[in-house]
Amino acid sequence: MLDGRSLVKRTAGLRLWLSVAWLSLLVIGAVFAPLVAPQDPLMQDLFTARLPPFWMHGAEPGYWLGTDSLGRDVLSRILYGGRVALIVALLAGSATAIIGATLGLIAGFYRGWVDMVISRLVDIWMAFPPVLFSILLIAVLGTGLGSVILAIIVIDWTRFARVVRAEAMAQGAMDYVASAQVAGRGRFSTVLTEILPNVLPTITVLLTLEMGIAVIVEAILSFVNLSISTDDPTWGGMIAEGRVSIHQAWWVLVFPLIALFLTVLSFSQLGEGLKDRFDPVLQ
Amino acid sequence: MFLRRFLTRIATTLVTLFGVAVIVFVVIRVVPGDPIAMMLPPGATDADIARLQALYGLDKSIPQQFVIWLGGVLHGDFGTSITTRQPVLGLVLSRLPATLELSIMALVIAVVLGGLMALTGTRLRDTRTEGAIDVANGMALSVPDFLWGLVLILMFGVLWPVFSISGRVSPALVPQFHTDFFLFESVLRLRFDLWLDLVGHMLMPAVALAIPLAAIIGQLLKQSLKETMHLDYVTLARTKGYGENHVITHEALRNAILPTLTLIGVQFTFLIGGTVIIERLFSYEGLGNMAIDAVINRDLPLIQGIVLLFALLFTLVNLCVDLLYAVLNPRLRHA
Repeated sequence: MLDGRSLVKRTAGLRLWLSVAWLSLLVIGAVFAPLVAPQDPLMQDLFTARLPPFWMHGAEPGYWLGTDSLGRDVLSRILYGGRVALIVALLAGSATAIIGATLGLIAGFYRGWVDMVISRLVDIWMAFPPVLFSILLIAVLGTGLGSVILAIIVIDWTRFARVVRAEAMAQGAMDYVASAQVAGRGRFSTVLTEILPNVLPTITVLLTLEMGIAVIVEAILSFVNLSISTDDPTWGGMIAEGRVSIHQAWWVLVFPLIALFLTVLSFSQLGEGLKDRFDPVLQ
Repeated sequence: MFLRRFLTRIATTLVTLFGVAVIVFVVIRVVPGDPIAMMLPPGATDADIARLQALYGLDKSIPQQFVIWLGGVLHGDFGTSITTRQPVLGLVLSRLPATLELSIMALVIAVVLGGLMALTGTRLRDTRTEGAIDVANGMALSVPDFLWGLVLILMFGVLWPVFSISGRVSPALVPQFHTDFFLFESVLRLRFDLWLDLVGHMLMPAVALAIPLAAIIGQLLKQSLKETMHLDYVTLARTKGYGENHVITHEALRNAILPTLTLIGVQFTFLIGGTVIIERLFSYEGLGNMAIDAVINRDLPLIQGIVLLFALLFTLVNLCVDLLYAVLNPRLRHA
């Protein structure tokens, strides 16, 4: 019988593989963008402005997903925009994970005043709306890829710190940690060799989810024109252009939106899948 | 015991707010670029610069500046907006009602949608319908409000244009009311044409904000309901002959709702935070839209005021939730 539980379980594997497939496709497309992109993503040509995608009347060969109001090829811009999205996901995601997890480990294992300071900082951070905070930081730091990545790290380290702190506390209370200490291990070495390996699955899951969040934050910042320079293609920038010309050329909005949607969904499905695979604690 | 918990909680809230003020002050003061240079006309003399610096207190030390600034903030003096030359507090308060109305409408939609999903899922547990609800919930959770907003714009703004996707009210109907709570005041004044217009404008952004929260509510409430359904007192109600619907809504719900209530409180702050980008997306004239304009115009006093107001709102919502939880939960009340 096909009951409710099995519908979710049965599709879990499928969803995981679809996510991996989309992300692989995206990585290949982004890495080899100069080779696979049919057009120069920056080339403007008013004679080819607002061409529709290939199946519609009036389409031109070589512009598979149509062009925007300046005649730039949508597919090529999506491929190059994928580069920005993936760079932000990788760099911002891993840096956030390292910083947040380190602080969480310190707070959770050493307790005492260190824990108090870090926990109070987390509380203060939670009082800021993340989107507003990121926009404020960009206003202060100036636009650019580095600022976007820095803003994500500054805002999101608390996600890791909170969870890892709780995990480290739980692990620290277990017998194996006590026996490591009895065996004469130093506290620092205990954290590195006993606690960290046990918290690593949690960190990996959070990192995957964080990559999806980083992609969204970059898209939001480029949507309000506060990410990297306006000339370089970004998904958020394309969406902002598409939002303006939505009644004349819907494809300028729809295709980058689909790319963004699938990427964010894939990262989160991947995170959920990993969670189910190797971490009973988080379930 | 209860009083002590209450006082501790208020003390930590004050510490958090102080920390917020410090961070906002530091972030704004490390801005590269001289705010004085931006205000002066070309050809200003050194004496002019010094006079303006003294006027804005920029010639004093940083801690002194902080004390002066904080004193002003506590007295409701948030400075003057650079772009409009109006007091920040007035500007911010004129936009706050629009954002509050949008947030509360989104919250109501989320609770109704999430509640319906949880009740349906519990009633039809272990069927295909529950499976479908779980999958839909998972989807709704993994995609943030920004993307749902874009999807709604495409669906109801372009494919099937039934709702407005831009602005707060039709230009022809802009009301001259006492307060800026247009939605609320239009009901009091029996202006139902205006009310409908406002709801039509608000519905799409509110639904975009509500979808992720509805999914969270649906998931947690269904889980607690299903756990409650196995308890003895629920079985007792069944043996008394009550129907399944009655058992769920009258017996199980009462006990299952507490964790969900706490969660709604915490998540509501995330929803308010989401209004920043959603208002931009739907050109809704609220605080968030104003914040983004302020950043683009580098209107630092205005940004500062908006961030402080949002932080205050967040902290107060969290405080209320904690206190409400303590009042509602009998185990904590008598502790």
